[in-house]
Amino acid sequence: MSLAFLLIAFLTVATAAVAMALRNLIRSALLLVASWAGIAAFYLWAGAEFVAFAQVLVYVGAISMVVLFAVLLTRPSRDEAEVTPASAGRLLPALITGGAVLGVLVGAIVGSPLRTTAKPPPPVTVREIGLQLMGPHAAALVVVGALLTVALLGAVVIAATSRPADPGEPR
Amino acid sequence: MLGSGLLQGLAVTAKNLAGSFHDPTRYVTTEYPEQRTKLPENYRNFPFLVHDDPADPAGTLRCVACQICEKECPPQCIYIVMERDEKGKALKRPKVFDIDVSVCMSCQICVEVCPFDAIKMDQEYEIATRDRFGGLLLHREDLSKSNEYYHQIHPTEAAGVDAALAEQKAKQAAAKAAKAAPAAPKPAAATRSTTAATPAPSPAAVTSPAPAATPPAAAPVPPANPPPTA
Amino acid sequence: MSAPAANPLPLLERLPVALRDACTNWLPESWRWLANSLLSIVAVFVVFATLFALLTLAERKILGRVQNRPGPNRAPLPFLGLRTYGLAQPLADGIKMLTKEDIVPRGADRVLHFLAPVALLAFSIMTFAVIPYGRTLLPVELDAAVLYFFAAGAATELAIFMAGWASRNKYSLLAAMRALAQLISYELPLLLSVVAVVLEAGSLSTSVIVEKQGAWLFGILPQWHVFTPWGFAGFLIFFVAALAESNRSPFDLPEAESELIAGHLTEYSGFKYALFFMAEYFGMCALSGMGVTLFLGGWQAPFPALGFIPSYCWFAAKLLALLFVFMWIRATFPRLRIDQLTRLAWKFLVPLALVNLFTAAFWVLSAGWAGPLAFARWVVAGALVIGPFLALGRRLSAGLGPRSYRYA
Repeated sequence: MSLAFLLIAFLTVATAAVAMALRNLIRSALLLVASWAGIAAFYLWAGAEFVAFAQVLVYVGAISMVVLFAVLLTRPSRDEAEVTPASAGRLLPALITGGAVLGVLVGAIVGSPLRTTAKPPPPVTVREIGLQLMGPHAAALVVVGALLTVALLGAVVIAATSRPADPGEPR
Repeated sequence: MLGSGLLQGLAVTAKNLAGSFHDPTRYVTTEYPEQRTKLPENYRNFPFLVHDDPADPAGTLRCVACQICEKECPPQCIYIVMERDEKGKALKRPKVFDIDVSVCMSCQICVEVCPFDAIKMDQEYEIATRDRFGGLLLHREDLSKSNEYYHQIHPTEAAGVDAALAEQKAKQAAAKAAKAAPAAPKPAAATRSTTAATPAPSPAAVTSPAPAATPPAAAPVPPANPPPTA
Repeated sequence: MSAPAANPLPLLERLPVALRDACTNWLPESWRWLANSLLSIVAVFVVFATLFALLTLAERKILGRVQNRPGPNRAPLPFLGLRTYGLAQPLADGIKMLTKEDIVPRGADRVLHFLAPVALLAFSIMTFAVIPYGRTLLPVELDAAVLYFFAAGAATELAIFMAGWASRNKYSLLAAMRALAQLISYELPLLLSVVAVVLEAGSLSTSVIVEKQGAWLFGILPQWHVFTPWGFAGFLIFFVAALAESNRSPFDLPEAESELIAGHLTEYSGFKYALFFMAEYFGMCALSGMGVTLFLGGWQAPFPALGFIPSYCWFAAKLLALLFVFMWIRATFPRLRIDQLTRLAWKFLVPLALVNLFTAAFWVLSAGWAGPLAFARWVVAGALVIGPFLALGRRLSAGLGPRSYRYA
């Protein structure tokens, strides 16, 4: 439990908390990005280089774009949208749902065996990760890869199917 | 094939890039304060006054202060005061001749209307000044430039003007001689007016046929420096 | 490995590292790594900041020459008055930028408005860490260096979005939207073309990738990736995507001057604007450096006989050549429209990059083929590259023949 870990944890949790509290959606989204970067920093601190960079590439680089795009395209034109305070009637279901999720999470965390004296982790290189993925976990990787490729091709098909070009229209 | 057009475009720019180092037709910039392009002869911007003797610019101005240009000037940027002696008699030369070049619109009407070929268009374009009131109001001294300068900037036009002036001089002398000898005939007038209409290569050539009909008193005068008319 | 692997390395080759060690040798062992890292950071920053200054001048000069004019040539050296072909122009520009007023619009989000150029420059500089500049010059030896590079590079568009949104200006916001669309479109072909290289090299480490390109065919021809069918196609895809990722012409839609009055830069002035400018050039340098590393053999000499020239000189020469192509392209092509931009990415580059991945896989699998089979390997790989290019290119440019103008 080093100072660096505390700092990273504090920043991650703090940015996430402030992101939830803010009314300005864009600021929230950007703080969420900072939170993701904090998680990447945690991976880095833990020695998992590959996961950390993948986290940055995927979340900070790509998912954030999708989130921002969605926010920009769906937001009403006014900056500070007035949100009516939730009525007291919604309080009970919210508390129940939140409490249930909390219970499940706490139960899972408490139930899992946490060794306090961890032995030093084996030096994991990218090559080993690759060999692991291509060896024992090849099937899962292929399935995931096929899924993503299908999604990608689907996106290309959706983007490619357009109405027949109007000869008078400038291209 | 896709991309061939891109390669063609790249080739064009590459040719320009390489050509600008060795091909003068591809490198056309004139670096202005150090290098200057030669102005075309017919370029003109603001008027100036022609004088005949650089030794005495104020005394040999062709301007007689008739104020025609002052009256004709559309933006009214010319201001003339005639010089008078102590008795109030007009001396037929300007005491004040001011042109406000911040008002002047370079229309050349003053040049067109001047019967004495005293005002011409200049080619001086570097007249920027820090004093926008005083610096752009040109006085007689600033405006007065020699006939040689006029020849320098508009050679063809100046030669024509000189020829016309010399011919006019000859005509006046002839008229004077005719007054002295009333019986003398004047057949050369028609031929002279036709030749004067076109710019002649040399004033002497125009006046050379004249002596046949005119008395020796009307000998041709040197064109560059004729005596003042007034 | 490269042919003249002399041991120990020649003096010029180890000069930068020797200099660094001479500077830090007096420190205790535990502090030395820190001092070494700091020195590396300072060296990289100084070199690339100088390169940035010279690049701004070179770009204007090249653009000028292409347009048949001399470019900036008047700024005199301070106190000397010598003009030296405008060499002092970057200095004059820097002074101008520093002394200009820094204006923040009243409605702007002040924090993000300030943070955007800083973040952009920080991410741009981070990408320099994993590029091998020479045989011994690699600031940070990372196992997942390529991944790190693109992770840091991906974050730069976020900063552009921050700048566009924080400015509270409709043009800036439009530019930010365009930047996002452009990033999502071109990240994919960029990464797919890099994956082919990773497949061939079997490593994400940049130093390993460069060393794998060090062999010589017949003892004379370099075996850089760009000299293979899949590598050539991959390099072109990478280059086009890099143009788009660094917001360079003809993909400079986010900062289109004529339509968006400089886009996300509209509300920036003074030194913040200079930071954006710097980040753009840093991004261009970093992507060029990565392109050199991945496809053009990194610091390897093109011929074995030229191995006596220090490796970092070769890297610099290749980098400058690639940067020149960036400027050449800027001087040549007009800007694309947003629909043309996305169409080029999704309907041309992404399918081509996917096919290229298969070509690279075939190339790796057929590495053992010899004799006539080696010839067949080239033919098959070449057909796998050219066929899809022609087919997709025909589809992309269908109906785009020479135009006839009815009223012209």
